[in-house]
Amino acid sequence: MAKKVAFIQGNEAAAHGAIYAGCNFFAGYPITPSTEVAEVMSLELPKTGGKFIQMEDEIGAMAALIGASLGGAKVLTSTSGPGLSLKQENIGYACIAEVPCVIVNVMRGGPSTGMPTGPSQSDIMCAKWGTHGDHPAICLVPASVQELFEETVRAFSLAEKYRTPVMIMPDEIVAHMRERVVFPEPGEIEVINRTAPSVPPEQYKPYDTSFGDVPPLAAFGSGYKFHVTGLNKMQDGFPTTKAAIVQAEEERQVRKVEANKADIMKWEEYLIDDAEIVIVAYGSTSRSARYAVNAAREQGIKAGLFRPITFWPFPEERLLEISRKTKAFITPEMSLGQCNGVVKGCIEGNAPVYGIYHVDGEPVSPDEILNKMKEVK
Amino acid sequence: MSRYELRFSGAGGQGLITAGIIMAKAASIYEGKQAVQSQSYGPEARGGASKSEVIISDGPIDYPKVTKCDALLAMTQEAADKYSSDLKEGGVLLTDSEFVLRPPKGNFKHVAFPIMTTAKEEVGREIVANIVAFGAMVALTGQVSRENAEKAVLSSVPEAFLELNKKAFTLGYEKALAASA
Amino acid sequence: MAYDYDKWIRPGKLPHIWCPGCGHGIVMKGLIRAFDTLQLKKEETAIVSGIGCASRLPGYIDCCTLHTTHGRAAAFATGLKMARPEMKVILCGGDGDGTAIGGNHFIHACRRNIDMTYIIMNNYIYGMTGGQFSPATPTGHKASTTPYGNPDPNFDIAKLAIGAGATFVARGTAFHAAQLDKLIVEAIQHKGFSVVEILDDCPTTYGRRNKFKSVIEMMNRLKEISVPVKAAEKMTPEQLQGKVLTGVLYKEEKPEYCEQYAKVIERAQVGK
Repeated sequence: MAKKVAFIQGNEAAAHGAIYAGCNFFAGYPITPSTEVAEVMSLELPKTGGKFIQMEDEIGAMAALIGASLGGAKVLTSTSGPGLSLKQENIGYACIAEVPCVIVNVMRGGPSTGMPTGPSQSDIMCAKWGTHGDHPAICLVPASVQELFEETVRAFSLAEKYRTPVMIMPDEIVAHMRERVVFPEPGEIEVINRTAPSVPPEQYKPYDTSFGDVPPLAAFGSGYKFHVTGLNKMQDGFPTTKAAIVQAEEERQVRKVEANKADIMKWEEYLIDDAEIVIVAYGSTSRSARYAVNAAREQGIKAGLFRPITFWPFPEERLLEISRKTKAFITPEMSLGQCNGVVKGCIEGNAPVYGIYHVDGEPVSPDEILNKMKEVK
Repeated sequence: MSRYELRFSGAGGQGLITAGIIMAKAASIYEGKQAVQSQSYGPEARGGASKSEVIISDGPIDYPKVTKCDALLAMTQEAADKYSSDLKEGGVLLTDSEFVLRPPKGNFKHVAFPIMTTAKEEVGREIVANIVAFGAMVALTGQVSRENAEKAVLSSVPEAFLELNKKAFTLGYEKALAASA
Repeated sequence: MAYDYDKWIRPGKLPHIWCPGCGHGIVMKGLIRAFDTLQLKKEETAIVSGIGCASRLPGYIDCCTLHTTHGRAAAFATGLKMARPEMKVILCGGDGDGTAIGGNHFIHACRRNIDMTYIIMNNYIYGMTGGQFSPATPTGHKASTTPYGNPDPNFDIAKLAIGAGATFVARGTAFHAAQLDKLIVEAIQHKGFSVVEILDDCPTTYGRRNKFKSVIEMMNRLKEISVPVKAAEKMTPEQLQGKVLTGVLYKEEKPEYCEQYAKVIERAQVGK
């Protein structure tokens, strides 16, 4: 049988990707330009027996998400800039309490209300540092509607595998553009679920590191009883202020992502091998960049594209390697140098890093990138 | 690689985004080409200037927005003023002759007929003006066949309105051919 | 009747953090008696709290316990209840947590009528942070941030719950322990969102700033101001001046949220 094909919007693809991944709970709050995710979930989830709730605010949506996940559900929310700011409180909670959840954040202009209908890529640092305290960050930045579907499935697997929030952050262009999507058959894309406890309830501890850096997570209501808190906790889940335990637990929470970077990171290299100028771009901007790279090659400029698909953890080591034979980097982005700073931070000064920044609600055009390449060549 | 860029523009609420979606769907689902549709919009659900862009190509499409417009539909004067500056030489401009009274000048083909009035008086419902315009754009651009375009329309509208939309599409297609002859 | 407190207290977790004379312990014992009376199953009972002294309660009780962020207990609990409608979900927290930072979640949980029981320990103050005024601090009273007397009008928490759509609303006090047991039992048995406001005392940060000489005096005040709803029916407005009604203040049967959502699922699956 031929695979199901549809011509759909990015936000719709995210919702369908979540359902493919087995998502059975959604809590959200209306916000442009992410609302279509919630709309599709409200329509599709109950058909699968899953549950949708529109909460009273963004904070409550994130809270409900964590509550449902602790009840054993696979959970999704969607939001955009101002909502991401509000959700940060409980994203931090999910980090310290180690509760799997997936957050779609469609990037629009900011700060504050900014430009609600305009595209942006300026939430990328917020995805890493938005909530207070040290914590792990996983953030995926797809560039097409098909990829948004597939990366949403992967976001669920990463969240469940590493017991941590995962953000998937299309810019408004990727979220709202429509492309043909080929729906994978069930089983075609790997779906990983959280590890259930192998010990009986009386021996269970929610942060039992004898099982490794990612301890198994039981569900409330499944015969296991335990305590969950946002305070620094011990292996049994109860709060502690004992220095050695707090230090070790905080380090483990970050390490479980850092030490597994190779499993989480994903990027694409295009014409990098002999490239003298490397464009580092993600999301819809990477599409302008690829267009520009092709145009540059036609004009004899040795250009290449490095496209992060996982933005956090950032593929630092690989970019450092590339930088040793690169004459210049260009970071076109819909923000004022957030990606530029990240690139500079990992290439040890091996090459200059030029920026092209748009925060005017307009995408970076291929021409602008091509002109910059000519300028720095 | 062939890259063909279309822009559907007008006022918010006129259904131009839908028209763009149907064009892209016709190309990518029925015609076997690749297509991307994107849009920009303001806070208004009705009114304001609205545009929907479609890129059609035989191969993968990188940049999803218009670089140089091959074909532009402008339903209102505001849209014509705002969105016609990057119309290609040799491209095509379709306007509603009753609403765009000062059409932009340039080295491109300009076709005009009363799109809204056609929908209102000949089809019977103003709401299908976007499908009249879509039919016209199919005829003028030749990017998708008439059959595939019609399939895309019929798979995108509620069953109760199939005939209405079919009529709108046919009228748009034929009037554009007549107007450009 | 003998109650099995040991069964419900988590081994090794006492002593609690509450000050001598604080009424939260009385409420906790009342809650345990209610659990014991209703023969709840630990694995199918969840207590969800926010932040503050009262919100530390779940740590001491042996069941599924979730100590969340400030004010958010009702929202976390809503997610948990939807994922596990068969669980008994109890919320607990203080007046500041529930009606200031958590006010929005509180009124919307009332409105949805989701089957949970909210135990609000109203001690008129933010105790854990050292005695700042809350939405429940009476006008004119002293707190660490109202050194000249509180200029703010205060919430009537039970009325707020009724207005927002809770289908069972009761008020008790930490003094009237026997009455409290009954109210908590009835609240948990009620299908829908039930609220029990419990007038409580904070000798450390509220009492000493407001001329209460002792815990006993604070407890006596709770006794003096309380009038059971039945008794109040026979009293004149003058006699009720300065009094607070206790007992079941409001009760009605209305569709419960999880059951309503089950119908959404049925409708979505028609013809599937």
